[in-house]
Amino acid sequence: MVFKYHKRETRRGTLTQMQMNNPKTDLRTKRRSLRFRKWKDKLVRLFSIFSITLVVGGMAWILLTVISHGVGVIDFKFLTQPSKPYGIPDSGIANALIGTLLITLGAAVLSVPPAIAGGIYLSEFGKYSKIGHFIRFSANVMMGIPSVIVGLFVYIILVVPMGTFSGFAGAVALAIIMFPLVMRTTEDMLGMVPYTLRESALALGMTRARTTICIVARAAKNGLLTGILLGLARVSGETAPLLFTALFSDSWPTEFFSQPTANMPVLITEYATNSPFEEMHAAGWGAALIITLVVLLINIFTRIVFRTRHAK
Amino acid sequence: MPNKVIVKNLDFFYGKSQALFDNNIEIKEKKITAVIGPSGCGKSTHLRTYNRIYELYRNQRATGEILIDGVNILDPGVDVLELRRKIGMIFQKPTPFPMSVFENVAYPIRLHYKLSKSEIAQRVEEALVGASLWDEVKDKLHHSGLALSGGQQQRLCIARAIATRPEIVLMDEPTSAIDPIATLKIEELLIHLKKQFTILIVTHNMQQAARVSDYTCFFYKGQIIEYNVTNNIFTNPQNKKTEEYITGRFG
Repeated sequence: MVFKYHKRETRRGTLTQMQMNNPKTDLRTKRRSLRFRKWKDKLVRLFSIFSITLVVGGMAWILLTVISHGVGVIDFKFLTQPSKPYGIPDSGIANALIGTLLITLGAAVLSVPPAIAGGIYLSEFGKYSKIGHFIRFSANVMMGIPSVIVGLFVYIILVVPMGTFSGFAGAVALAIIMFPLVMRTTEDMLGMVPYTLRESALALGMTRARTTICIVARAAKNGLLTGILLGLARVSGETAPLLFTALFSDSWPTEFFSQPTANMPVLITEYATNSPFEEMHAAGWGAALIITLVVLLINIFTRIVFRTRHAK
Repeated sequence: MPNKVIVKNLDFFYGKSQALFDNNIEIKEKKITAVIGPSGCGKSTHLRTYNRIYELYRNQRATGEILIDGVNILDPGVDVLELRRKIGMIFQKPTPFPMSVFENVAYPIRLHYKLSKSEIAQRVEEALVGASLWDEVKDKLHHSGLALSGGQQQRLCIARAIATRPEIVLMDEPTSAIDPIATLKIEELLIHLKKQFTILIVTHNMQQAARVSDYTCFFYKGQIIEYNVTNNIFTNPQNKKTEEYITGRFG
């Protein structure tokens, strides 16, 4: 068999007689099929295009549905009037908008400082310590807790003793959900800062704390902001924890600490599921469209801000 | 020529594995000492003991003595912040801080000295002139340090390191991540800097060691095999290993 192969041209060049006669060095018998490799390449590419279409298509579908149902009810009154019981004219969503803003901001104020501090500890000081591993594990468990359970927890520890639903209780519930998210992203973002940056800061005679806060956190600034915004985006649509804490109200959110406080997610839930009236269903769609647009605008806005910062 | 640094019986450990074995060396003041040797031979490890930067990592440990101006800096009583003001360090990859060119240099100055704004500005300029970067950045002092080219970033790091007026500058392969023309600029800069500073430079590039250094030290497997005037090391090595390495037979 073997002597049939004489010196001949291959794609890789000329093979010597010796290479051809030795079955170990004659790789021609071991070529993988090029056609199969190229076919696999195409398959992977097709699959990723398919996945992208699925994601973008899904998003477009949701957006179009929300827009087509919601756009009809949105006018100046809808955005500036508070919600009213069925039958009273000029009902709007302004109280729920402001309420959601207050609750989400409250959650951010409560959760961001300890979350950043915890992330700094995990990444810079307690990275390999037992406490660090324990905190990291606990944070992961916390992220997996269903939000409805967080709502019930806050109901027991805040709403029952205070004797009232309140926007503040809602903010606490959302803060509990946001805290582990922001802490873990902070840790991950600080972890992405190269170690040589820490070394060069320390080598100039900076203390560990100054290195962390003034150099490492600063280098990871965009990442930290992204983490906070992702956390906000995640909790601003949370409904279950607010059902047990902030509840809902048709009045303006003036008694944030002592009264049920209007908010968008509960408004949408109530209007869509607990109401037999067509007008309220439509208003629910309008509210859904507004909150979708707000989240979209926050996303676009942060991107623009980051881009101009980078260009400088 | 006086000795700036005297190292006696220095051993170094990464956890349980020993990386430096009984290093003894005397570094001459205001000279450039090149540290050469194959990858993983302990060149960088040796350099990183001089400012105790290895202490960032919990399982690294050095024993022995490193006398800088007669003081053993491995002594736990030595203030590491003050030590690091006296000893600047340049790393393989340029590491400008995420702030403007001016702030990059002003930051360490403010860290160690109480100075007026105009004094700081003056010392920033001095440092940038000293790192032969001034002419290239004087019109963009308030642009981000990250916007400079790789070679400029490395010279910015040199300016930052010399801004606190250290006595020793440690350089850990400072030109291995930048292009040949920028490398040439930094080598010229080194010759200029040694009037003021004692410089130690770790390099993979033997031509570089031969071009810039006054003394050369050859490391192999964590030991100092040969240490001599650069010219002697390259023309008349005493040890067989040194000869094999500089003639390119291994490493």
